[in-house]
Amino acid sequence: MGQITLNQITKNFGDVQVIPPLDLRIDDGEFVVFVGPSGCGKSTLLRLIAGLEDVTSGDITIDGRNATEVPPAKRGLAMVFQSYALYPHMSVRKNIAFPLRMAGLDKAAQNAKVEAAAKVLNLTDYLDRRPGQLSGGQRQRVAIGRAIVREPAAFLFDEPLSNLDAALRVNMRLEISELHQTLKTTMIYVTHDQVEAMTMADKIVVLQAGVIEQVGSPLELYHTPRNRFVAGFIGSPKMNFLTGQYAAGYDAATIGVRPEHISVSPSEGTWTGRVGVSEHLGSDTFLYVDIDGVDDPITVRSTGEISARHGDTVYLTPDASKIHRFDKQDLRIA
Amino acid sequence: MATQHSRSAARIMMAPAVVLLLGWMLIPLTMTLYFSFKKYLPLRGGDLGWVGFDNYVRFVSSSAFWPSVQTTLVIVGGVLLITVVLGVLLAILLDQPLWGQGIVRILVIAPFFVMPTVSALVWKNMFMDPVNGLFAHLWKFFGAQPVEWLSDAPLFSIILIVSWQWLPFATLILLTAIQSLDSEQLEASEMDGAPPLARFGFIILPHLSRAITIVVLIQTIFLLAVFAEIFVTTQGSFGTRTLTYLIFQRVLESQNVGLGSAGGVYAIILANIVAIFLMRIVGKNLDS
Repeated sequence: MGQITLNQITKNFGDVQVIPPLDLRIDDGEFVVFVGPSGCGKSTLLRLIAGLEDVTSGDITIDGRNATEVPPAKRGLAMVFQSYALYPHMSVRKNIAFPLRMAGLDKAAQNAKVEAAAKVLNLTDYLDRRPGQLSGGQRQRVAIGRAIVREPAAFLFDEPLSNLDAALRVNMRLEISELHQTLKTTMIYVTHDQVEAMTMADKIVVLQAGVIEQVGSPLELYHTPRNRFVAGFIGSPKMNFLTGQYAAGYDAATIGVRPEHISVSPSEGTWTGRVGVSEHLGSDTFLYVDIDGVDDPITVRSTGEISARHGDTVYLTPDASKIHRFDKQDLRIA
Repeated sequence: MATQHSRSAARIMMAPAVVLLLGWMLIPLTMTLYFSFKKYLPLRGGDLGWVGFDNYVRFVSSSAFWPSVQTTLVIVGGVLLITVVLGVLLAILLDQPLWGQGIVRILVIAPFFVMPTVSALVWKNMFMDPVNGLFAHLWKFFGAQPVEWLSDAPLFSIILIVSWQWLPFATLILLTAIQSLDSEQLEASEMDGAPPLARFGFIILPHLSRAITIVVLIQTIFLLAVFAEIFVTTQGSFGTRTLTYLIFQRVLESQNVGLGSAGGVYAIILANIVAIFLMRIVGKNLDS
């Protein structure tokens, strides 16, 4: 069980409204990712669900029960913090057992659950160490272990991977996804990294300034972004936007083309431009092409073999069926 | 750039400070040792020659010695207990967002700036005086017989006065320690189902253990030498004679410098024993 509904919730800090009235429904077993630029209110939203902040108005329902006034410990949710928030003076075993101890379980039951969690997370050899003696990834797993033993209705992750290095981040991403497949428990995950969002989520919630811009599966957001913000935020490298004469031809105020939907040719094409920087990644090459009347260079993804050099003139052709059109309000034109 | 040259230059530049500090420490220590082996009565014949360990034997065999050691330990222990317990509570209180926080903090720290002599006199005359003291008025208001603090509960009174002076120090150190606690840890324990008392016991107190160790160590060093508070209140009567005060009496009231110096050497030894014990008990908190 782990079905969470937010109904018209708002949050003010003093006179500043950081979350205007907001509705959201999270179904049991879903992996939901809140994503948005920093300061968009995604962490605040998570803390509202956790109960660490009180909502200014509106209702939070967890499994059909109104949880708006319920204290955090009684909501049946477990949270993994950005700093992991392990208790430094306790061993790993005591850290993981802490919620069980607080719940008044006897020693034998505590140990059984801790051992089981440690086995799932490959922590068995580290149970008697202190958090200070562990690596970043291990600490992360201890924090997850502490959440697992409580058998919560839902897990809340607050940017859990942002303190890890890039290689470890990819690993932990897989481990968390794997964990979700095993446990089938609702997970709510906050991140500013759209790659994490795209790779892990069943459902992505894109936020900007406390407002939900769009909710949908990763591919829905990729193929049919509701507005220019979502279009620019989802996808890597970012979508290219063109206005003015380029957009007028498509009967729109702005058009957007993803770098992977533009083909490059040395001899002919729709747009003419000069190659700026080119980044060779082996599998792909990213070209930054300056074209007349557009301020930012157009990013183009090409094969790894292309041999365009700085200053070369190239011709770009967008894939007409993959062009996104936006009106003056930056909303998508269907 | 620690070349041979710069290292010797550094040594030369540090030398005056080192020499000064050494002299500061060594000269009084040697003089104390020197006098402790002499029969030296300034008003009754002056220097009467070497007497070996006579002074040491006399100082310990005096009926006043062991009670004074006990009194010293009671005062140190009592003040430590009060300042640490109240210090932790005050630190938690001051850590809360509070209206007029800045002023409240300055007020709490204020007693530390009052000279020991002055604060003891203020307590003696304004609070504890059995006729005009505030406590006496309070007692009378409730129809009770005013307590003669300094003669009925002299040791407790002195512990109270000294605690009042040292509470700000403990509070200040513990407050900074509390402020360094990661708030996510408290939130995590809250989510883990720990009620406020458990959060205090399992998270806050262990976090403070190091700061408490420091408070205990530093205060002990200073509290072993408490003097002014006793001098201006009970003058060492009613069982408030500490080791320090006993030495003072031997030297200045009995005008027996040799005997007092021997006591001084004992005081050094006692301080070191206490220090070693403290290091053993609480020192392990400073590792890790």
